Amino acid sequence: MTQTDIAIEMIGVDKWFGDFQVLRNIDLQVQAGERVVICGPSGSGKSTVVRCLNGLEIHQQGRIFVDGLELTKKRKAIKSIRAEVGMVFQQFNLFPHLTVLENLTLGPMKARGLSKEEAEARAMKYLERVHIPEQAEKKPGQLSGGQQQRVAIARSLCMEPKIMLFDEPTSALDPEMISEVLDVMLELAEEGMTMVVVTHEMGFARKAADMMVFMDEGEIVETGKPADFFENPQTDRCKQFLDQILQH
Amino acid sequence: MRSVRNFFTGYGFPIVIGIVLLVALVYTLGANDSLKWYVVSPFTKQGAVNLKFLIAGTFNTLAMSFLALLISIVVGLLIAIPGIAKNKPLRATNYAYVEIVRSIPLLPLILWVYYGLPEIAGIQFDYFWAGVFALALSDSAFEAEIFRAGIQSIPKGQAEASSTVGLNYFQSMRYVILPQAIRRILPALGNQFAYMVKMSALVSVIGLQELTRRANELIVTEYRALEIYSVLIIEYLVIILIIGQFVRWLERKMGTDEASAGRK
Repeated sequence: MTQTDIAIEMIGVDKWFGDFQVLRNIDLQVQAGERVVICGPSGSGKSTVVRCLNGLEIHQQGRIFVDGLELTKKRKAIKSIRAEVGMVFQQFNLFPHLTVLENLTLGPMKARGLSKEEAEARAMKYLERVHIPEQAEKKPGQLSGGQQQRVAIARSLCMEPKIMLFDEPTSALDPEMISEVLDVMLELAEEGMTMVVVTHEMGFARKAADMMVFMDEGEIVETGKPADFFENPQTDRCKQFLDQILQH
Repeated sequence: MRSVRNFFTGYGFPIVIGIVLLVALVYTLGANDSLKWYVVSPFTKQGAVNLKFLIAGTFNTLAMSFLALLISIVVGLLIAIPGIAKNKPLRATNYAYVEIVRSIPLLPLILWVYYGLPEIAGIQFDYFWAGVFALALSDSAFEAEIFRAGIQSIPKGQAEASSTVGLNYFQSMRYVILPQAIRRILPALGNQFAYMVKMSALVSVIGLQELTRRANELIVTEYRALEIYSVLIIEYLVIILIIGQFVRWLERKMGTDEASAGRK
């Protein structure tokens, strides 16, 4: 396997918030085209892992490589890595003062220098991918939560990233809207996008994941293929967690 | 037609009624023989001349306040930005500027700019620009705090989202954070403008012929303080009510994203 096939590599990553250690010696490798689902109890550091991968949080020890580039504190390194990495947030974080279309064209026009026509054509293409082209002229506040999250996914796709990060993308949604977002994510997975997804949606994980990662108290406790992971968890902590979220 | 209806259902109507009542009240008091309203009555020859003299100060008051507002908004924003930086020395700069500048009383500042600056720095502003400079300097500290509060009220996720779609710090401010922050601080900016118009009266002490100076000068010749100051107050009242209406109109026009969530 050559170096370029590794999309993400974390080696011995530690991070503290003040005195509190949120990440302990994280080692993680994601191959290009692979789908990784990270789960774990709240406060386990899973969001922090994802946020470290595009420089929203800066790790203090260890090394992180994204698409062959090392992520350091340097603004230039963060900038070139962000160009490769899209991010979808739990709270959508759409720009409420802009229309859906403007949300999607802002990055391509200002950061990539696309003309308005090019950016709008690209935006419409990705709005169709998430099945809401008819909402282009509305403000985010006029859309349902599920629609907003799909717009957020389209907004990330407009930057044409190689890797997509999802930080609990369905946790802020009403139950009836979760599947429309997961469907879009499954379609992305089928198209071969490299994805790192923090989620508690185990149905999605079974269908889409190539690798499961279980975190607790800042550590990666267990990793495995979904089939083994769900049927035959190796550690008590993981077993207990899966029992809790799967019992319903 | 719609604007006429808005006038009656909105704030315009009660405000006009209020002014009419106020004027009526003052003139009723004028039935008292000791008051000489004719010195400012538009219906007597001298009164009309006097009124014209008083109102002619409006331009200086407005021009000075408006220029000072523009400058203080720009300076305030430039001071606010380091105030939200992670870098400690930058934050300290903001802190020092705000604390020192807002502690300086306006009247001594005006005098100091007009009489002091020529001596220590060789800079002699004329009345008007000395007023603009002092008002803008004083107000910039308040504007800086308003901007800082506005920017900090925008959820952190907005800046994070803009950086993940490739925007740099200034693009993120320009296209994402400030447009939202300015909507939120519009009422506070309106407040500052109204305050500035009133405080511009202090510039009369160095001799600028604005509303208050003209009132004072007229009193010297007419000896009718109550009547003339009443007119002066009404002049400020009208100006500030118009500004208030303008700011509210602007608020409605820009809308708030929070409020628009429910309606189409």
